[in-house]
Amino acid sequence: MTKLPAWAEFGVIPLINLALAFGIAGIVIALLGESPFAAMKVMIDGAFVGNGALGYTLYYTTSLIFTGLAAAVAFQAKLFNIGGEGQAYIGGLGALLIVLTVGSWLPGFLSIPLAILGAAAFGAAWAFLPGWLQAYRGSHVVITTIMFNFIASGIMVALLAGPLMRPGQPNPESALIPDSARLPFIHDIAHTLGLQATRSPLNLAFLLALFACLVVWVLIWRTRWGYALRAVGESEDAAVYAGIKVRPMIVSAMALSGALAGLMAINVILGGQGKVTLNFPAGFGVTGIAVALMGRSHPLGILLAALLFGALVQGGTELDFEFQTITREMVLLIQGLIILFSGALSLMFVPVLSRFLGRH
Amino acid sequence: MAVSSENTSRGSSVTAPALCLTGITKRFGTVLANDTVDLQVLPSSIHGIVGENGAGKSTLVSILYGFYPADAGRIEIGGEQVAIRSSADAIANGIGMVHQHFMLVPSFTVLENVMLGAEGGTLLQEGARATREELLRLERAYGLEVDPDALVGELPVGLQQRVEILKALRRGARILILDEPTGVLTPDEADRLFDILRGLREQGVTILLITHKLREIMAVTDRVSVMRQGKMVAHRDTSGTTREELASLMVGREIDFAPPPSSAKPGGVRLEARDLTWRDARGVSRLKNVSLTLKAGEILGLAGISGNGQSILLDVLAGISPVQEGEIRIGERAITASFPFDPSECRALGVAHVPEDRHRRGLILNFEASENAVLGYHEGQKTGKGRWLEPGRMRRFCNALMERFDVRPRQPRLRAANFSGGNQQKLVMAREIEPDPRIMLIGQPTRGVDIGGIAAIHEEIVALREKGCAILLVSVELDEILALSDRIAVMNAGEIVGEVARAATNAREIGLMMAGIQQRAAA
Repeated sequence: MTKLPAWAEFGVIPLINLALAFGIAGIVIALLGESPFAAMKVMIDGAFVGNGALGYTLYYTTSLIFTGLAAAVAFQAKLFNIGGEGQAYIGGLGALLIVLTVGSWLPGFLSIPLAILGAAAFGAAWAFLPGWLQAYRGSHVVITTIMFNFIASGIMVALLAGPLMRPGQPNPESALIPDSARLPFIHDIAHTLGLQATRSPLNLAFLLALFACLVVWVLIWRTRWGYALRAVGESEDAAVYAGIKVRPMIVSAMALSGALAGLMAINVILGGQGKVTLNFPAGFGVTGIAVALMGRSHPLGILLAALLFGALVQGGTELDFEFQTITREMVLLIQGLIILFSGALSLMFVPVLSRFLGRH
Repeated sequence: MAVSSENTSRGSSVTAPALCLTGITKRFGTVLANDTVDLQVLPSSIHGIVGENGAGKSTLVSILYGFYPADAGRIEIGGEQVAIRSSADAIANGIGMVHQHFMLVPSFTVLENVMLGAEGGTLLQEGARATREELLRLERAYGLEVDPDALVGELPVGLQQRVEILKALRRGARILILDEPTGVLTPDEADRLFDILRGLREQGVTILLITHKLREIMAVTDRVSVMRQGKMVAHRDTSGTTREELASLMVGREIDFAPPPSSAKPGGVRLEARDLTWRDARGVSRLKNVSLTLKAGEILGLAGISGNGQSILLDVLAGISPVQEGEIRIGERAITASFPFDPSECRALGVAHVPEDRHRRGLILNFEASENAVLGYHEGQKTGKGRWLEPGRMRRFCNALMERFDVRPRQPRLRAANFSGGNQQKLVMAREIEPDPRIMLIGQPTRGVDIGGIAAIHEEIVALREKGCAILLVSVELDEILALSDRIAVMNAGEIVGEVARAATNAREIGLMMAGIQQRAAA
């Protein structure tokens, strides 16, 4: 197996894959009778340039960083955590319960950290169970985490349409959380500093997400625990030989993964929308897997991939507005193509590129 | 199959050779696995290819069977040049292969396995009937008896191998390649295999036997070719050569079969195992009442054909597999089924372990050398302080190890997979020797290691003994056991069948014990 230099493997290859995905999407758009270049311009404007566009893009990026890191931590131990969606959902419940209990009488600088811990703890618990079942009962974590997504969904419907439903209105959603417990919006902070910024749901959870990238990097590459985690992922036999207790590692990897997925809820509940709504993770838990795949399970890669997917979500909305013939589903198609080329076929061009480099 | 008697390129033989290889060359990266290899195999003969591990035998047969293409060279079958690009091509040209690790579906019957890949139409019935008839015919013709309706997974290995041979014959193989066929067999099963091979030869089948065991070459082949470091170094008629000549051709030097002078002065008992018995998940006894003692400053060699319980014994002693019955005593600590230990505690007791399989266990191939240099010791001072990992410290440590044990290239950041087999093994040895263990368990220290590497590793083992370490050396290479051990224990079928002082024995005696023919109590 030929080995590419790092700049080619982590720089050129992803770019080729991306270009291919966008190229094919462009062909589809052309077939629909629209100009691919006009569509591309609309997407880029919609994601970065337009009024408040960047704010929305970074808001989605924040959620995707959390779910991407969640998938990546599990990947490091060769575990496929499909349950980011459910863990984020249950994480939202954790944050909500804490805020509803203490938010009205504790000051924000106390209730917000508690809510963050609550989200992480509930998300962790929701992933701990599949992790434990995998480690000690041999139930495959892919199956159980999918099941747990459905269970989470059921529980949340029951709660949001029942005891947690905001009285006096017909939607299955929770009461708004007190303002003191909400994370400040970036545009509000900008105003305080005397800067101009358009309203967007972007909030301080973005900084929390960046911090989480750093923490995950340190945990995996700079601690003994991370060493053991990677050892289990690379070779279980070698890990056993080295005296690493594989089962507790599986359980703790899943729990950490769930905690990170749970933190995604903070961005939405304490940040963007201020309440728990039905199905608020909205597929971001699943997209996180693609983010982790494309980001090669490395926090820096995840940051970039989350930005790309966040831009796709936001730019895609604009695409939908702008063109009659292009719908939201087009964005799903582009996302699908990116996942196909960057994930499933990510190594397709390695032999080609290495031959090309070898000749020059 | 086409037969032509005219166009033999070398003109030495009367009939065309069944198989003729000319100038076969294959390179993997920087390694020249096959270097302009020539080979002629006469029809209806048993032709042996011998060579040490890593001499290029497996590469050669892989090319012949279409697993990968040769970089250069020509293959002729029955005098006609053929192109073999896949195993389907090989089968179409009448080449059959019996792999070292069987390619059988354990939950299928013998009949179903033999049919695999040649099922006939959409419905199985017709193909099954034809295969059953063919099996009966083959059985009559070659004396290959197997119950067609037995489940393959329930057959003993010897019979499973017979199924592999039947599979090849069913597909019309006229040239049968056997790659290390006796590695998994008991001596008795091996003898029966040889009878079968002789029978096949009488029926006109040409057999290519790949092995590193000279006993087999002498027992069954007509001609023998010797490979060394990718080159074909000699061809001999078996009747006109001797074990000693072949052995020296294989290694490229005269082998000294006399025991080396041992400077060992055994000290106190460091590890004592008593009556270890171990059963696998299916309830088959893999160890039966195994007892041994390791003494300070002494190497106990554990000889045996692979698969006779050595691997599981190593695992039990290293805390990887639990003690089921019996007891291990290391210093004051007694390990039993009720008081088990794990690899961490094992290391804490001063036991180091060089595992048999460095790719699966001893190393994490995707990790940097520096990360591998602390595998198993990653909780200690070498990696950093507290809960933290300090890559700089690990690399400095690794660099020092590489310096001291001459691991090349000296690149702590290189992935373990990118080192040669010998240097990978040196890295594992270095890691395990560095903490000055009281007891060292070593499994197959030179498997897949080139000759230069072997010498260096052997020197390390002897140096470790000189420092007073108690060493258990498990190896399937009898020469290695003889060259290094002070005492030799021999395992056969999960039991220790004999234990002798090195000075009081010879290769013949150990060989007989390995084959389970002779037993001898401790001298």
